[in-house]
Amino acid sequence: MSTDPATDPASAYDLSHVDEVENLATFALLVDNEAGVLHRVVGLFAARGYNIESLTVAETDRKAHTSRITIVTRGAPHVLDQIEAQLSKVISVRRVHDVTRDPNGIERELALVKVRGTGQDRVEALRVSDIFRAKVIDTTSESFVFEITGAPGKIDSFVELMRPLGLVELSRTGVLSIERGATGM
Amino acid sequence: MTAPTTAPKPAGKFIAPAAPREMTGAEIVVQALVDQGVDTLFGYPGGAVLPIYDALFQDNETHGPRLQHILVRHEQGAAHAAEGYARSTGKPGVVLVTSGPGATNAITGIVDALMDSIPMVVFTGQVPTHLIGTDAFQEADTVGITRACTKHNYLVKDAADLPRIIHEAFHIATTGRPGPVLIDIPKDVQFARAAYQAPGEVTFSHGYAPRTRGDAARIAEAARMIAKARRPVFYTGGGVINAGPSASQALRTFAALTGAPVTSTLMGLGAFPAADPAWLGMVGMHGTFEANNAMHDCDVMVCIGARFDDRVTGRLDAFSPGSKKIHIDIDASSINKNVRVDVGIVGDAGSVLEDLIAAWKAEGLEANRAALDDWWRQIDGWRARQCLKYAPSTTAIKPQQAIERLYALTKDRDAYITTEVGQHQMWAAQFYRFQEPNRWMTSGGLGTMGYGLPAAVGVQLAHPDSLVIDIAGEASIQMCIQELSTAVQYGLPVKIFILNNEWMGMVRQWQQLLHGERYSQSYSESLPDFVKLAEAYGAVGIRCEDPAELDAKILEMIDTPRPVIFDCRVAKLENCLPMIPSGKAHNEMILPEEVEDLGSVIDEAGRKLV
Ligand SMILES: Cc1ncc(C[n+]2csc(CCOP(=O)(O)OP(=O)(O)O)c2C)c(N)n1
Ligand SMILES: [Mg+2]
Repeated sequence: MSTDPATDPASAYDLSHVDEVENLATFALLVDNEAGVLHRVVGLFAARGYNIESLTVAETDRKAHTSRITIVTRGAPHVLDQIEAQLSKVISVRRVHDVTRDPNGIERELALVKVRGTGQDRVEALRVSDIFRAKVIDTTSESFVFEITGAPGKIDSFVELMRPLGLVELSRTGVLSIERGATGM
Repeated sequence: MTAPTTAPKPAGKFIAPAAPREMTGAEIVVQALVDQGVDTLFGYPGGAVLPIYDALFQDNETHGPRLQHILVRHEQGAAHAAEGYARSTGKPGVVLVTSGPGATNAITGIVDALMDSIPMVVFTGQVPTHLIGTDAFQEADTVGITRACTKHNYLVKDAADLPRIIHEAFHIATTGRPGPVLIDIPKDVQFARAAYQAPGEVTFSHGYAPRTRGDAARIAEAARMIAKARRPVFYTGGGVINAGPSASQALRTFAALTGAPVTSTLMGLGAFPAADPAWLGMVGMHGTFEANNAMHDCDVMVCIGARFDDRVTGRLDAFSPGSKKIHIDIDASSINKNVRVDVGIVGDAGSVLEDLIAAWKAEGLEANRAALDDWWRQIDGWRARQCLKYAPSTTAIKPQQAIERLYALTKDRDAYITTEVGQHQMWAAQFYRFQEPNRWMTSGGLGTMGYGLPAAVGVQLAHPDSLVIDIAGEASIQMCIQELSTAVQYGLPVKIFILNNEWMGMVRQWQQLLHGERYSQSYSESLPDFVKLAEAYGAVGIRCEDPAELDAKILEMIDTPRPVIFDCRVAKLENCLPMIPSGKAHNEMILPEEVEDLGSVIDEAGRKLV
């Protein structure tokens, strides 16, 4: 039997699921707030070759010593299952929640957007920001800094509209998430 | 959120103290080890652990040798010895080393324990808290370095946390999928005073709660699937060994109920007796023809405590294409990792096997005997190919023959086998026939040359009256040969049985197969005289090159109540077969009779694989 390297995977041990599409997925983790816990999570992603699209972390319960990490990644469904299983194995990780696959999951992001322009562009930038309910938090005679929150897609559209109007700089927090309804994680 | 769990009561009887006992951090370490039932630890002193060594000394003065410290000759040896101790007893191995180089030297053994799921607790000294981060003398970021190679690790900043952390560490190391846990203790914390708490008194601070009972509905589904199978096969691994002797017992019972053939990974040898007619031999790259073909052609595969490692599956897209797969594993992340399965059951191998037996009986299931008869006929056809056949010689000792004779002459003894890594390891796996669990210690996942001798030291300490043999290669043995000195110091009569082919045989074999016979750096130049080397260490050296003398000399080795190096000069260019060439499927094994054309068997894609 001969193998054609062009059609066969580079490694025979490679899992190539050509037919599978990669999806974005958001995982919310409740972790023990201890030194190195972020490294455990990030190190796991690095060691196993998973992508990190965005990452946020902050202590959320001082008394219980827990922090919340929200991590956006990308992968085929079986890879996402594996990421969830690997995260659940980390001793310092108390809970893993797949926000994307939860119909009640809410995702929000905050961005600061600096736009530079004068004349018609400046008027247009302000008009668009109004439609997106962005706030002006700094202004000079030739620039604005907008603060905008929303689902990541909304921020993407806002940024695309600002680009031709003089987008100078963009800073995003990465995604935060929570579940709809009365119960907590 | 998961509530903090309370530490389970230790097995031994424990009398709760009336008032909290205050002691130093170092004394807390010693007391906690005693309360955890530790009797042996493997270590090497240094500046950053001197307080603990002092506490050990004083404990010995007051209480006698209740905690035996074994002084190794290299920290890698300590870690492997702890692995050998753990794997042969089911108890955790304990390591104590100093900061910086002590910790970094131990890392190979820690990674080895992680890969092979060996319960281990490693204590490392650290520079005093106020010096951490200053590049102090013998400072290394031990928790940073070992985060990726431990199941969990801790830097202790307050002696008051020490009792909880140590008891947690033992709990984490020994439950769920076992693994190494490391505790880094700065020197000032070893001196600081704090209240001791016994195992039953601490409250764990994490949400760790591994699942051991499998899902009942899936177990019932699996049982029905196995009963309906026409060509079932059990593929078992180290998880069955880790689940304890009762799991091996349950495996035997269930295999007999179902009439299915059984194969196992390298790590799983001994869980199912090699003498049982249902035993197919090992699976994988150097597994048997019958095991690999049964894996390829089965209709129901029952994987128990194994993880579809690349050495087992061969080419993944051609792996057992027609089978339904059941996977039982304590580690949920092992399920669907490399191979997608139809029924995944998260749980302890022993517990799930017992539940499977119960489900089988409760539902009155019966195996399809007619179909099984056909299946066994097919298997007998594969067996008839005699895949382990080799050509004996009257002038040179064949390595396979050396292991066969070693097995024949030790099988009625209480023997434990460790190995190094290479061809000799595979020949040991193929030709030494294990009948019981915990008798076989080898570096499977990491494939660490240098593992076998220190592991044998650990095994011999746990089983002082047993026959412990390290089946070695002349290259591997030189990686941790210093532990022979440890064996001599403690009067451990370990036997180092070197299949001396003067080559890094496994490397040579791959160069022959894959690299046009260009033997780059694989010849063992300037070998020591192993007999004299043994004598220099205060051990006994035996050399054998004549097949006619082999039995007598093996017996001489067995009867020597001291450590022995047996320099077994074997045929130099023997290849380890059968073999699934890189990039090939289970049903494309090369057999010994086909070896002439080895180079042409592996194609360009296969050459790129490891
Ligand atoms: C620490 C380490 N370094 C390198 C290797 C790669 N390797 C695997 S087998 C082998 C040769 C082993 O030679 P020997 O101990 O003589 O065993 P043989 O194959 O000849 O039986 C080498 C270098 C390894 N497994 N471990
Ligand atoms: Mg060799």
